[in-house]
Amino acid sequence: MTSQVIDGARPASAARRATGRLTRRRFWQSPWLYVAPALILLVTFTYVPVGNMIFYSFHRWDGLSPTMEPAGLDNYVRVFTDERYRRVFLISLYYFAASFAQIAIALYFAVILSFDTRFRNLFKGILFFPYLLNSVAVGFVFLYLFQPDGTLDTVLRLVGLGEHTRHWLGDPDIANISLAGTSVWRFTGLNFVLFLGAIQSIPGEIYEAAEIDGANRWHQFRHIIAPGIRRIISLSFILAISGSLAVFEIPFIMTGGANGTRTFVVQAYETAFQFRQIGLASAMAVALLVFVLILTWIQRKVLPDEEVSLT
Amino acid sequence: MRLVARTAKYASLVGASVMVLIPLLVVLFASFKTRQEYDATGPLTPPENWLNLANFATAWTDGQMLRGFLNTTLILAVSLAGTVLVGTLAAYAINRFAFRFKRLILGAFLVAALVPGVTTQVATYQIVKSMGLVNTPWSAIVLFMGTDIISIYIFLQFMQSIPASLDQAAMIDGASRFTIYRRVILPLMKPAIATVVIIKGIAVYNEFYIPFLYMRSPELNVVSTALFKFKGPFGAQWETIAACTMIVIIPTVVIFLFLQRFIYNGITAGATK
Repeated sequence: MTSQVIDGARPASAARRATGRLTRRRFWQSPWLYVAPALILLVTFTYVPVGNMIFYSFHRWDGLSPTMEPAGLDNYVRVFTDERYRRVFLISLYYFAASFAQIAIALYFAVILSFDTRFRNLFKGILFFPYLLNSVAVGFVFLYLFQPDGTLDTVLRLVGLGEHTRHWLGDPDIANISLAGTSVWRFTGLNFVLFLGAIQSIPGEIYEAAEIDGANRWHQFRHIIAPGIRRIISLSFILAISGSLAVFEIPFIMTGGANGTRTFVVQAYETAFQFRQIGLASAMAVALLVFVLILTWIQRKVLPDEEVSLT
Repeated sequence: MRLVARTAKYASLVGASVMVLIPLLVVLFASFKTRQEYDATGPLTPPENWLNLANFATAWTDGQMLRGFLNTTLILAVSLAGTVLVGTLAAYAINRFAFRFKRLILGAFLVAALVPGVTTQVATYQIVKSMGLVNTPWSAIVLFMGTDIISIYIFLQFMQSIPASLDQAAMIDGASRFTIYRRVILPLMKPAIATVVIIKGIAVYNEFYIPFLYMRSPELNVVSTALFKFKGPFGAQWETIAACTMIVIIPTVVIFLFLQRFIYNGITAGATK
């Protein structure tokens, strides 16, 4: 495709000038010039950190002193055996369970809104909207909701469930459920819009044909919609697992990790930036990264990518 | 039977809408109440005076929200321009050139998309620190630009739909590679650029962790971190916190109302890759 016609018979000086122009031109033709910015950013802010992180994870380091002490596998042993660090893995189970509710709710509304519904766009907008909100704003909105004598308590009293009010964020037995509920409120809209998009990409004639054949709504769901969105649903489950391990903003903003709500990433943040144990925090991050990569690998195996390759 | 199903369907839709809107509505109520009113009334009681903007004024000045919005705008503008430039250039090279290690580079971008950014911050922080960028807006800008792989995907996908015959025609007319990028590809990429600007813009506006970690000094507060500051000293002054929360939410509402269709498309394009 690169076709420069160069005149062979030329005086030497002109030829030299032409060669200079040619190399300059070559330089502008090089694909490397165009990928370089992206590649440099990618290596500097993704690959070098991952490499460093693995290196740090085998050392004891406070992030300031010029030397680090080798620590062997100590950091990893601590992450997997110390009660404090093991506990944070369990906290993600709350968010994982919540993501099942989230996917179920999203699926239900995606299915009913894919059929003719009045005010369809309004409902769609309302259900999706929380996903767009600023995380700190969401945190404050729910801090206000869960306050003692706040909105939730008032509503419960109003419907006659007054005796069930409690310290929604203060009581370690329930704080994680409150936070997981906040997460459902915030992220259901994303799943919902993704499911709705997948359902709407199923051609309309299929429904019409089914209706002529006498299929009811349940048959349509079971035999047309469900197979059509299988891939996006499984993808959502995989994302739910890695997402529930990487929960950070909601607990950090709302409780700061108090009352037994410290998640894995909140713990890693504190270990690194408050207690300055970079090695230990790196070991936590590496463990999480390996876990997420394994999950993704399983996902690729279970759900081969049907769509186009990128080249 | 039909009627029951229809009723159940609309009841569930209305129920869900109430669950979404009530938490926001009560905060809106609180933001218009005076101190005494807030203490005397329940959260579900609407404010007496819907034009009481005193809390908004307090929140705006005490929270130094103007500075927050200015910083956010600056970071948004520079990192969006950077993302579009870096992303389209890379997609142009990968899609339109044949060169060695292309598959390897593509694979490197793919694998990086799997690394959750929040996990690597421990080590990324040391790198940003060694570059002397901590406590400057550049820390957020380079990180927003450097961690964005999804936009490169969107650009790549879109570029596949631009016929290569256009490039070849331009080349025959003597256009250089860069001219082709600048005059042929970039103008045709507008829809993809709009998608990236919208979804990336929302993500940057909402981002909390990066500015919180890298830009500690109060002069560098962005919208998220400025709002977060209310957690300490304003402890029980909920009417002020509510007003400030609303100040942060309102731009999102406006953007959503105007750009709904683009947002849905962008979210779907970005998340399923």
